[in-house]
Amino acid sequence: MADPGVETKNLVSIILARRGRKKWHWTDIFSYTYLALGIFLMFGPVLWLGMSSFKTRAGLLEFPPTFFPLGQIELQVEGYEKPLLLFDVKMDDGSTRQLAQIRRIGIVSQMVDPKNPGEKFKIPIDQRTKVREFRMAWENYRDPLERFNFLLFLKNSVVVTVVATLVTLLINSMAAYGLSIYEFRGRNAIMLFVIGTLMIPITVIMVPVYLVVTNLGMVNSLWAVILPGAATPTGVFLLRQYMLTIPKELIEAARMDNASEWTIFSKVVLPLAMPAIAVLAIFSVMWRWNEFLWPLIVLNRTEVYTLQVGLNAFQGELDVQWHYILAMTVVTLIPVALVFAFLQKFITTGIASSGMK
Amino acid sequence: MIKNTDQPAAVKNTAVSIAGWPIQQVFRLLEYPFSKIQRGVGIQGMPWIFLLPNLIFFGIFVIIPLFINFAFSFTGGTELFLSNRVYTGTEQYRFLLDCKTFGDPITCREDRFWKGLYNTFIFVFFQVSFLVLFSLITALILNREIRGRGFFRAVFFFPVLLSPVVVALIWKWILLRDGILNAFLVSIGMDKILFFVSPEWAMFWAVFVSIWAHMGFYTLILLAGLQAIQPDLYEAAEMDGTSKERVFWRITLPLLWPNLLVVVVLALIKGVQVFDEVFVLTGGGPGTATQFIVQYIYNTGFTEQVQNFGLASAASIVLGVILFVLTMLQLAVTRARDNG
Repeated sequence: MADPGVETKNLVSIILARRGRKKWHWTDIFSYTYLALGIFLMFGPVLWLGMSSFKTRAGLLEFPPTFFPLGQIELQVEGYEKPLLLFDVKMDDGSTRQLAQIRRIGIVSQMVDPKNPGEKFKIPIDQRTKVREFRMAWENYRDPLERFNFLLFLKNSVVVTVVATLVTLLINSMAAYGLSIYEFRGRNAIMLFVIGTLMIPITVIMVPVYLVVTNLGMVNSLWAVILPGAATPTGVFLLRQYMLTIPKELIEAARMDNASEWTIFSKVVLPLAMPAIAVLAIFSVMWRWNEFLWPLIVLNRTEVYTLQVGLNAFQGELDVQWHYILAMTVVTLIPVALVFAFLQKFITTGIASSGMK
Repeated sequence: MIKNTDQPAAVKNTAVSIAGWPIQQVFRLLEYPFSKIQRGVGIQGMPWIFLLPNLIFFGIFVIIPLFINFAFSFTGGTELFLSNRVYTGTEQYRFLLDCKTFGDPITCREDRFWKGLYNTFIFVFFQVSFLVLFSLITALILNREIRGRGFFRAVFFFPVLLSPVVVALIWKWILLRDGILNAFLVSIGMDKILFFVSPEWAMFWAVFVSIWAHMGFYTLILLAGLQAIQPDLYEAAEMDGTSKERVFWRITLPLLWPNLLVVVVLALIKGVQVFDEVFVLTGGGPGTATQFIVQYIYNTGFTEQVQNFGLASAASIVLGVILFVLTMLQLAVTRARDNG
């Protein structure tokens, strides 16, 4: 229930109202300036990407650029096969008329009055300005789906992300179960080993992992991307820390009932560890969706490119087709944006409590 | 309003039950073989059975490669398979480390490696200092009683989730010759700047974009550290009429210090391995101005006409040594934080 009094206060006093202390300190002004600048710097670029992705190829070449996607109006004029571009023309007598361009010859353009197709003009090009309207170039999104392998890349990325996450969750939760529920000789050694592997990033072992993957015959298949990173030490660590908090009595009770170890794992411990598993699942999806360096190394054929590798290949071409790249970038960004919108709490608490991403 | 807050939970529950069904079936299928195994090895053997798949993966994709890496670095030639490679002793290392003066990459035989190392050093120096500075400022501000705190936290955090390729493309689009930044410069009466042609500007934007992308992560860790500081300390200081500046220097900073150290070392470890964003943004250019050590390894091992795996391995072991030192530092500061 909103306090009705709030609405009657004027805007300034609402903005300036402070909890607790009454006096303004220089840090308050600094804070709000910083935050305003922050919004601009963090959101601005993404907004600009979104806006630009709806501009036509010609619209993108314009300098200075317009904020909104604008397209020049095209008209179907009687007697002409193709639609003609519409211009505002300053006539010699000082008046302004809307004319459609038939063709341009050097610095002169031949124009016609769309309302009266018989009337033709020769106009110097500096006397005309384009007539534009707000128009979203949906073709930027549609064309890559039809013409390029974009759908294939999308499919590859989805396959890699889903399969890798499932494998990771299964083997990591099994390992975490083994390390948290049992007490056995060598447990600490294994734990040290897990933490040790945490410290060996792919950048250090790229060449030999490539050799291993080649040996297993997986180069240029999606398995080469899925398998090497599946056993994440981060995941084992995260899940184990969580499973340690599950009361031992529950497991003892299940054993009394003659439940097998696998049943205890899948029916008792996993459901209880769901919060940690969810965090790992979200992380894994993001790692895999965004992964770049390793796929770049092992995927050398277009058919197996993931989105990230495909996007990079497009932007490296000689004739960069920005109108398509921007649209595809937006598509690549959408799943992550959705994950973030729905699961922000999970992610931020996961990072804050584990210090990992 | 109240309904809205329930929605994510409902969505989550349906999602969980839809995704959960096939998974349950898989678990049911695995029940039989695992109970067989349990009869075989007994309950004492089961932890090893549970650990096995993960350990096999670690073994194949981390431990074995780690050893092969050393083997590679002592061999030459262009063959990928070890049995076909020629043993050359420490030649790769001698080649890499052959310098007249170590301060100047041009005097080295493998100047690209040293240029990469040198670039990485410059990058890490600026990136880490400003990254930590801005993360700290942001965390301090977000820790205040601010309207819409959750919103602002999200504003600074979301780039962390974007892929490096997406981040690089977003900024490349802004920084192009006819991009919006140059349009702005022209509109205030300045000349266009070709950001990717000037080595200094390319490095500046490499640092800037990388800070933009990762700041949210470190902000979050520092924010957690700030929120762990006992509020009664601040209350006591306020009662005494202590000035805000003094509170910051005498309470906030000393208590946050261990977290700050952890953040610095984490940022160092990530910074040394910089590749993705900058590779897409500048391609390492102009020339080799933004080519870093990981890109050197990548180029040497995978993109050159003659793939020099031995040299790439030797270089990655040098990188490994640097990371090892930093990791030891990380362990030390983390332990100090958690014990202190």
